[in-house]
Amino acid sequence: MMPLVLSGYTATTCLGHGLESMKRALRDARGGLAPCQFESVDLDTYVGQVDGLDDEQLPASLREFDCRNNRLAHLALRQDGIEELVRSTIVRVGPRRFGLFLGTSTSGILETEIAFRHRDPVDGALPTQFNYRGSHSAFSVAAFLRALLDIEGPGAVISTACSSGAKAFAAAQRMIEADVIDAALVGGVDSLCLTTLYGFHSLQLMAAGPCRPCAVDRDGISIGEGAAFALLERVDTKMSSQSVALLGVGESNDAYHLSSPHPEGLGARLAMELALQSAATEPGEIDYVNLHGTATISNDQAECRALIAVLGADVPCSSTKGATGHTLGAAGAVEAVVCALALTEGFMPAGINTTVVDPALGVRYLTSTRGLQPSRVLSNSFGFGGTNCALLFGRLA
Amino acid sequence: MLFCSGVSHDPGCRMTRLIAYIDGISMIGPGFRDWPTAEAILAGRIPYTPAATELPTPMTLPAAERRRAGRSIKLAITLGMEAASRAGLDPKSLLTVFTSSSGDGDNCHEICQTLASDDRQLSPTRFHHSVHNVPAGYWSIATGAMVASTALCAHDAGFAAGLLEALTQVAIYVQPVLLIAYDAGYPSPLNEKRPIRHVLGTAMALTAVRGPRSIAQISANLSDGAADRFGDPTLEDLRSGVPAGRSLPLLARFARREWGAVNIEYLESTVLQVEVNPC
Repeated sequence: MMPLVLSGYTATTCLGHGLESMKRALRDARGGLAPCQFESVDLDTYVGQVDGLDDEQLPASLREFDCRNNRLAHLALRQDGIEELVRSTIVRVGPRRFGLFLGTSTSGILETEIAFRHRDPVDGALPTQFNYRGSHSAFSVAAFLRALLDIEGPGAVISTACSSGAKAFAAAQRMIEADVIDAALVGGVDSLCLTTLYGFHSLQLMAAGPCRPCAVDRDGISIGEGAAFALLERVDTKMSSQSVALLGVGESNDAYHLSSPHPEGLGARLAMELALQSAATEPGEIDYVNLHGTATISNDQAECRALIAVLGADVPCSSTKGATGHTLGAAGAVEAVVCALALTEGFMPAGINTTVVDPALGVRYLTSTRGLQPSRVLSNSFGFGGTNCALLFGRLA
Repeated sequence: MLFCSGVSHDPGCRMTRLIAYIDGISMIGPGFRDWPTAEAILAGRIPYTPAATELPTPMTLPAAERRRAGRSIKLAITLGMEAASRAGLDPKSLLTVFTSSSGDGDNCHEICQTLASDDRQLSPTRFHHSVHNVPAGYWSIATGAMVASTALCAHDAGFAAGLLEALTQVAIYVQPVLLIAYDAGYPSPLNEKRPIRHVLGTAMALTAVRGPRSIAQISANLSDGAADRFGDPTLEDLRSGVPAGRSLPLLARFARREWGAVNIEYLESTVLQVEVNPC
């Protein structure tokens, strides 16, 4: 496939606002998970909550989009100069040749959950101020950013559960390769809400403490919130060899079960193989894998089986969800940024919270951060519905 | 494919043609049982008789999934199967693009009700049916398709966004792509905040090369302008009353074998201008 350069990127999670805090936390093997005190939630669990969202204000003209998810998008976009970079790129390529592809799983549904507590006692109506298009709609975050940034080109929200943020990269890559657009803002935004907290609780998939991916005693996920963005463009010969490029994409379905992965990780395997194929990369060239690594018994087992089948048992791997929590629809984008940092800063992040790696998994799981320079890395994202997406990143040769 | 307006401030504007052939179509809606019915109504061969949308239970789903399938799943799977079958394509081999404004609105309502109650305990089935890509998951289980699928949302522009994605995939992968656009709406009180007046959907199989079943050739570009509307108030209500209904002006062209450009509602002030050609 046509490789694309990430000419800018940023991420905001419980590790902090922007790249610098994420970089420091990953290098120092520090996490951001804390006991859940979110809203009125009465679950005994840890979450990765982003600071400052209560005070975040959208521009006055765009107040109809005010909700936790769009505040998170706005806060994240203001970091690392990404907003300015996007604006100048739109001027350069033209607003119709600039696309916007974002992943989210729950969008602004928190507003609906709260609105349902305040239904009219007589007719059951939702409060007057509740705005579906500005909050609940899965497209809300894209509508908000199109209005904020004056984007007029193609756009969509990809909502394929926890692969959404990764698949946003794939959608934009296709449109650029097909010459429909010249550049795109891609990413993922997902924020804490009751649906996912009580939902994963109902599936008995939530860890009691901070999650421990690939640990022998792993006991489920920790939910986080996050937003990550990248600006994708065609590779320009003038670009520096330090630039990070999206080199390969692989997408597949399990065709197995709605909420359990295929036990042998067949869909995951296919996604990784397709990513390698589309990047014309040999398995031996992959230096590091950022796992989906949710810390559920079944995900980590299926994913590691698939990983060994495709790349062998020796490739260093880790899941950064112990640090950020599982940011669900944003995870693919957040972890794409982790991969970009690994490539530019020259390190392989530790999978924190995990002390004893499950020997049955048979993978080379990093429990401490390595100061080794990877040149090609793979990032996995899988989701409910059996959806899988693997992204392959590298430095420009 | 021209992706710029006539305004010349756009230095990146270039011509690119994305072409696909339409090999199989399905449509389900109020009074529209399947494509032959829809085709006859849209071509004016038989009168339109309003009736509640009939949703068959897709027998291709395994028994457990069939029991759990709500309206939006039944709608999406039935649409996809009919279009694939009319195109003579193996559903297992098809890349799929699902697009819907609201996903499973009934399920969403139940979750919000439970979370607003004193007992917030959700049913696991309710929860894993809350994701927007549930029909894509069911589709892959029913057909055994392990090839890629995606699930999009673009509010009222969902049909055009899905069509653009499907056309792009046809161009990039040179493989058949199945587009499934569906909306089943919400119960009250969300319905009052996001009125989706009908249960309606369409699916079309797009191919890169002309085959014996090809109905038309299409190409598309973003353009300024107004979306095409129907003079007939009943058809216009179906078009404007449900996001997937924005497909109707295009479906009417296929039904009438009427060639030329059709403007489909897209984002903000733009339309997706689809050139429909005979083949």
